[in-house]
Amino acid sequence: MIVASPKPMEEIIDTVKDCKKLLILGCNECVTVCEAGGKKEVGVLASALRMYFAKQGRQIQIDERTLERQCDHEYLEEIRDIADTYDAILSLACGVGVQFTAEKYLATVVLPGVNTCFLGATEERGLWTERCQACGACVLAKTGGICPVSRCAKRVLNGPCGGSTNGKCEISKEVDCAWQLIVDRLTALGKMDEYEQIAPLKDWSTDRAGGPRKVVKEDVQS
Amino acid sequence: MRLEYPANIKVIRAPCTGKIDVIHLLRAIEKGADGAYVVGCMEGECLYNNGNFRAKKRVLQAQKVLDSVGMGGQRVQMYNLSSAEGPKFAAFAREMTEKIRELGPNPMKLAKKGEAA
Ligand code: SF4
Ligand code: SF4
Repeated sequence: MIVASPKPMEEIIDTVKDCKKLLILGCNECVTVCEAGGKKEVGVLASALRMYFAKQGRQIQIDERTLERQCDHEYLEEIRDIADTYDAILSLACGVGVQFTAEKYLATVVLPGVNTCFLGATEERGLWTERCQACGACVLAKTGGICPVSRCAKRVLNGPCGGSTNGKCEISKEVDCAWQLIVDRLTALGKMDEYEQIAPLKDWSTDRAGGPRKVVKEDVQS
Repeated sequence: MRLEYPANIKVIRAPCTGKIDVIHLLRAIEKGADGAYVVGCMEGECLYNNGNFRAKKRVLQAQKVLDSVGMGGQRVQMYNLSSAEGPKFAAFAREMTEKIRELGPNPMKLAKKGEAA
């Protein structure tokens, strides 16, 4: 899923300070799971902002709404009738949701309420870690199911580098060396012969290097 | 045991303090309560293992949120006691009342008065 974390309160206050009527718009998917932008977080932020502005002696109307997804026309259409009655929409969705909302509702300012961080997994409640950088040409089949692109600081494809020490990456003693994990797993799978094969140069044109990307699936298009 | 505790306190029952969320504490303050405190079982004695530890973290989070908007995080607190400790309950109620008196009235009440005027 896409992992995000809430923006600091001061930053949010600064972006919404001139509004008179604000909609805080949550999303029921990834940002709900990573507890950054679901219905609960919308409620907490709305309550906090109401208190802030009331204390300043400012009257501002703050409404709450959470959509199933903000990255789909279908659900975003649900606010069609109300979107332009607001000075701004503070979206707690990932950057995709924020942009899709802004593209759809041109007359309303759409602001981000979270920082979108990475594609990751919930290791335990309250702890999310990165697993994928959407490189567009997955190499997991060759690396024991462990991603060197997102989990190796240098993205080396024939690792480990010389900095790998006691299973940890040279950037920090807290960070596992991805290539140590790969070697351990290939060993456990009895596939170390695959490790001996040199990985060819990776075609990065499917990554961000090739500019904004798209996926087309003609058979399902209307 | 007929113990007296300050009459300005409204008791809201919850099945376990683990049921209490950040938003409940914030809403209490948003609606004008001068303070809100959670009274949980002793640490390590939660019937559901860690309900009171969860509550403690949520109280801390509510304090942070309140501080970040200048409302005074100390308006929300957490206390622990066992169900047999009536006198302690009354003592916590007095302590909380004192704490809130020091902090002064909830700014939301003043803001609401301003709106009405
Ligand atoms: S190799 Fe690319 S697609 Fe596969 S997990 Fe890593 S970043 Fe994601
Ligand atoms: S120590 Fe391991 S994870 Fe860190 S940069 Fe080198 S190969 Fe990558």
